[in-house]
Amino acid sequence: MSVLVYVEQAEGKFKKSVFEAVSYAKAIADQQSTNLTAISIGNVAEGELKELGKYGASKVLNVSADQLKTFVNQAYASVIAAAAEKEGADIVVLSNSFSGKGLAPRIAVKLKAGLADGAVELPSNDDKFAVKKTAFSGKAFAITELTSANKVIALNPNAFGVKENATDASIEAFSADIKQSDLGTVIKDIVRATDKVSLPDAELVVSAGRGLKGPENWGMIEELAGLLGAATACSKPVSDADWRPHSEHVGQTGIAISPNLYIAIGISGAIQHLAGVSSSKVIVVINKDPEAPFFKVADYGIVGDAFEVVPKLIEALKAHKG
Amino acid sequence: MKILVCISNVPDTTTKITFTNDNTEFNTAGVQYIVNPYDEIALSRAIELTEGGKGTVTVINVGEAANDPTIRKALAIGADDAVRVNAAPRDAYFVAKQIAEYAKDKDFDIILTGRESIDYNGNQVAAMVGEFLDIPSVSIIKKLNIEGDTATIEREIEGGKEVLTVSGKFIASCAEGVAEPKIPNMRGIMSARTKPLAVVDAVAIEEVSKVTKYETPAPRGTVKLIPADQTEQLISLLHSEAKVI
Repeated sequence: MSVLVYVEQAEGKFKKSVFEAVSYAKAIADQQSTNLTAISIGNVAEGELKELGKYGASKVLNVSADQLKTFVNQAYASVIAAAAEKEGADIVVLSNSFSGKGLAPRIAVKLKAGLADGAVELPSNDDKFAVKKTAFSGKAFAITELTSANKVIALNPNAFGVKENATDASIEAFSADIKQSDLGTVIKDIVRATDKVSLPDAELVVSAGRGLKGPENWGMIEELAGLLGAATACSKPVSDADWRPHSEHVGQTGIAISPNLYIAIGISGAIQHLAGVSSSKVIVVINKDPEAPFFKVADYGIVGDAFEVVPKLIEALKAHKG
Repeated sequence: MKILVCISNVPDTTTKITFTNDNTEFNTAGVQYIVNPYDEIALSRAIELTEGGKGTVTVINVGEAANDPTIRKALAIGADDAVRVNAAPRDAYFVAKQIAEYAKDKDFDIILTGRESIDYNGNQVAAMVGEFLDIPSVSIIKKLNIEGDTATIEREIEGGKEVLTVSGKFIASCAEGVAEPKIPNMRGIMSARTKPLAVVDAVAIEEVSKVTKYETPAPRGTVKLIPADQTEQLISLLHSEAKVI
């Protein structure tokens, strides 16, 4: 019995959400009095793999087959499941990232495992193995018991935090047979906006709504986000009107996020929007309508016109940063 | 081209979510049900791809007879026929197995789902069906174009997008951008009443998970209002009180 964590790399590097998944998996391994093994697929240098030890992985399986240099959902799932079987791991942990969402269900089926995706806490430390996960788009949580012998958990970003747990990680090469039929998808192009913070991973988010009146007014939102090192987001009417890309739409039918700070500017706070952001740790609302429902779920609020308040906020932030 | 679209029956997005029976069951009293909004996007793209006699669209739902109005809505939007697997959906594993069992000998070229259902937010069914059928699955796609035997797909990744191709059968879960949701017209609504809706039995499978309790998020304290001309006070509170910047 052991715990296996899949560590997703992007261009040979691990992101914070990966170290968070490792920290979380280490805490589960501790609950189970067992060891944590990590599995990395793709081209990652030894120094970067060693980093995983810092968060508690005692062994790192390194898969560097040529066919797996870029993400192939089906083949990656096969390799991870094969590693779980070989290691005798009955618990597999992944980050609930875009790729993790594609992998976890396939791994669960291969291992005949119950899957808790969108996990926000450690499993209960008893024979129930109940995992708290988001449900109803952030309007509720479901306590889900994984009743199968094998279990798969996909952890929501920003839910557990990164926790150091210095261990000397040994690195082993790992290879698994890859079926030709597992290589059905072929990546043609990857476009990454490297100068921007990715929204699902972001610790700080600046979001704006219809109150901004038009796409030409997003300059100050971008500036505020830039100063904070925050990602930008928007409400549904804004992405529906093509003022901003769909990838920025947070809410019930967009993406659900749980940053440390969510600043909502000119967003009234319809129930569908609140669903996607209610697990943010701190919420700031700037709206000229004092009756806007968003104020009811905010920690801090400013009643005022965004076009007056935001430039002042930018000035105050510049002064604060000195 | 034969396309299968998996649809979920979910509470309307404006629903206030409450629970009964000591927070072990979702309170369905007064809840309006709709076709899961993401599934509507998948369905709309399937209809676009098959329009003009280029193919057929079947919708499948795993659920009890109470779901039939939602299935008829999908037929009104433009699906050709529908199947309901007659069982209460236990979890995504159960639902995916039922869909895979139905689809395995029907020779569908493409299977589409929404990126997730807005009730349990699984995003599990598509990849699980893919695994049960041993075909490629692509999750959370933003664009889908078909040329001959090859589909070109754009999917979301952290901070960007990935463009990939897949040949042969596949399953994908659709997000915003794949299609504009179609609204049923009067002809669609009329014809939906007579389109075939087959009911099939579920297959038995082992239980792998169960929801034992629900919780609602803890309410926040009262909002602390800051005068509009004192933005520096907000910055200072975020720095020293909330400790987030």
